Amino acid sequence: MASSDVVRQMDKNARPLALSGHVGFDSLPDQLVNKSTSQGFCFNILCIGETGIGKSTLMDTLFNTNFENFESSHFEPKVKLRAQTYDLQESNVRLKLTVVNTVGFGDQMNKQESYQHIVDYIDTQFESYLQEELKIKRSLHNYHDSRIHACLYFIAPSGHSLKSLDLVTMKKLDSKVNIIPVIAKADTISKSELHKFKIKIMSELVSNGVQIYQFPIDDETVAKINTAMNGHLPFAVVGSTEEVNIGNKMVKARQYPWGVVQVENENHCDFVKLREMLICVNMEDLREQTHTRHYELYRRCKLEEMGFKDTDPECKPVSLQQTYEAKRQEFLGELQRREEEMRQTFVQRVKEKEAELKDAERELQGKFEQLKRLHADEKSKLEEKRRSLEEEMSAFNKRKAATELLQAQSFNASTNNKKDKDRKNSGFM
Amino acid sequence: MSQAEKLKQGQFTNPETPGYVGFANLPNQVHRKSVKKGFEFTLMVVGESGLGKSTLINSLFLTDLYPERVIPGAAEKIERTVQIEASTVEIEERGVKLRLTVVDTPGYGDAINSQDCFNTIISYIDDQFERYLHDESGLNRRHIVDNRVHCCFYFISPLGHGLKPLDVQFMKAIHNKVNVVPVIAKADTLTLRERERLKRRILDEIDEHGIKIYHLPDAESDEDEDFKEQTRILKASIPFAVVGSNQQIEAKGKKVRGRLYPWGVVEVENPEHNDFLKLRTMLITHMQDLQEVTQDLHYENFRSERLKRGGRKGPEPEEMDKDIILQEKEAELRRMQEMIAKMQAQMQKQGDE
Repeated sequence: MASSDVVRQMDKNARPLALSGHVGFDSLPDQLVNKSTSQGFCFNILCIGETGIGKSTLMDTLFNTNFENFESSHFEPKVKLRAQTYDLQESNVRLKLTVVNTVGFGDQMNKQESYQHIVDYIDTQFESYLQEELKIKRSLHNYHDSRIHACLYFIAPSGHSLKSLDLVTMKKLDSKVNIIPVIAKADTISKSELHKFKIKIMSELVSNGVQIYQFPIDDETVAKINTAMNGHLPFAVVGSTEEVNIGNKMVKARQYPWGVVQVENENHCDFVKLREMLICVNMEDLREQTHTRHYELYRRCKLEEMGFKDTDPECKPVSLQQTYEAKRQEFLGELQRREEEMRQTFVQRVKEKEAELKDAERELQGKFEQLKRLHADEKSKLEEKRRSLEEEMSAFNKRKAATELLQAQSFNASTNNKKDKDRKNSGFM
Repeated sequence: MSQAEKLKQGQFTNPETPGYVGFANLPNQVHRKSVKKGFEFTLMVVGESGLGKSTLINSLFLTDLYPERVIPGAAEKIERTVQIEASTVEIEERGVKLRLTVVDTPGYGDAINSQDCFNTIISYIDDQFERYLHDESGLNRRHIVDNRVHCCFYFISPLGHGLKPLDVQFMKAIHNKVNVVPVIAKADTLTLRERERLKRRILDEIDEHGIKIYHLPDAESDEDEDFKEQTRILKASIPFAVVGSNQQIEAKGKKVRGRLYPWGVVEVENPEHNDFLKLRTMLITHMQDLQEVTQDLHYENFRSERLKRGGRKGPEPEEMDKDIILQEKEAELRRMQEMIAKMQAQMQKQGDE
């Protein structure tokens, strides 16, 4: 973490000083403890294992309570994850515990994609934390940390070796989460078989390069117990929420016709060791490891994907701020360029359209003139025809008039003759 | 007391007895001939790795059938295919010879994709039927070797809540070819209450999926009460929840076969601890019936199917093909109908315009 780096650097420049009296800053850890106790703790466990292998029962036994569990069916088409959050309290310490269980793990015929959903879930939790961290206005101390701190991987007690699914899944998860393998339903393996089984499992994990969680041995107070426990991995556990009367005491146990398996008897199974290691001694270390190792790895990969680097091409350290500014400039420059491009294209288009329209106009104009000419031609032709027609008409009229005159004259002449005749004729009478 | 022994001690063996004909000795003759001929039995064991199949077989027949066993690690299992390993042993008890073949199926359920992992097993069963059919139809039928699988022990994991999809699919694929006897393995992981629950659950799921497991024949009415009671108990205990072991443990002053735990000893032959004895009784008492059902039901089914198809091999893919072809044809028909309807609608629209 950043704070510890700073402390180490100070050691080089600072000279140790002996105190001549009691100052009182030895209460700093206590203040820290009080503060964190009042805030409450948060812990997230992921349990991966086949349906029916005892994940829910073990969680109930570990935390001495009854989480709402229901039996899953074996016929789920895909692996799903079910997360449930609980608020627990022991003496004055509050714990916000989230238990995530796999549903349908190991049931499908084709298990090639079984691990994918789990990996995606873990990545999603990291992503939301990263987003919160990168916010401008962030509230990290109020943030409900949903990152998985510990992953209990339940191994079936076959007595032979790991299953192929176990190996593939653990290999995909070992760089994302603290894996603690446990042998489930261990009351089916005898002591000698268990010893061989544990050795086989550990050697398989080592030979295939799977890195499981090792209890920390750098802190002297817990180094001894942690080293001893590291030798007992993986823990062979038995879970039970039922109690049996043994020697006037009610203990958590499983009753068989041939004997009673006591959960908290170290001779019978490693449950007590698991509880010690997981909860009593190393819970805080698990959280720290998740934050400093797994989360940092995720963050680094994610930011590198986005193009951020710690050093620029000349190998000078570049802060996130600079990188961010550079990226921003780049982005703005890109935006401007795009705008220019678009503007140019727009102008061009407009020009083209204008030219087109002009062409069209010219064409239309040409047509109009042509039509006008045609029309004028026609009109003049018609005028001519009318004139000629009128001339004809007037000529005809003249001739008609002349003919009528002639007729009239002849008629007059004949009527005169007739009149004379008539007078002569009439005078006779 | 077996029937033969009873008869030996009964009447009708003495020619002096009034009304003596003598054919009451027939069972004796059958007994003699069968002892001379010897018995053959093929048992197949199927189940995921690590369920205790080999230990159980060794416990059943009190021998070690797998002396040089190599168990692969997880990395090798990822792409592992199913193999068929048949080992034949001749065991003898009181003059009766039994030629026992145990067919093991290592690799079942190991690979990360178990989609087609049991095709090998089905081909093996069919091959044995094929070979018997060929021998039976041959000209020289003197030495027909019966390698057909008479019984299949299917091991169910006790860790789950019932049957898994792989279990259901496999049992459905072979229930018409072989007598399936489901067995709950490593039963020492279950308390009595959990055991009952699991048995009921499995039986319900077997019903639900229509899986036909081997049913013990009801006792005849002329059998004695003990036998009837035994059959009743056996029928009620299916599927058998067993624990296998060949290690001798000292318990309550005597040596028993069992498993030693810090909290007690699981005795293999204790009926209160597990159903091993019931499984053994069932196998031994009904060995003849298992063979008969294989001959009269499964083999006859295979034979009629086979002869119907003539000389062509591969019944399963053809039947599946037929179904697939039918489905495809139906889909095509539907599509054509839709197209016609569309064209009609178009024509109508054009007509209206």
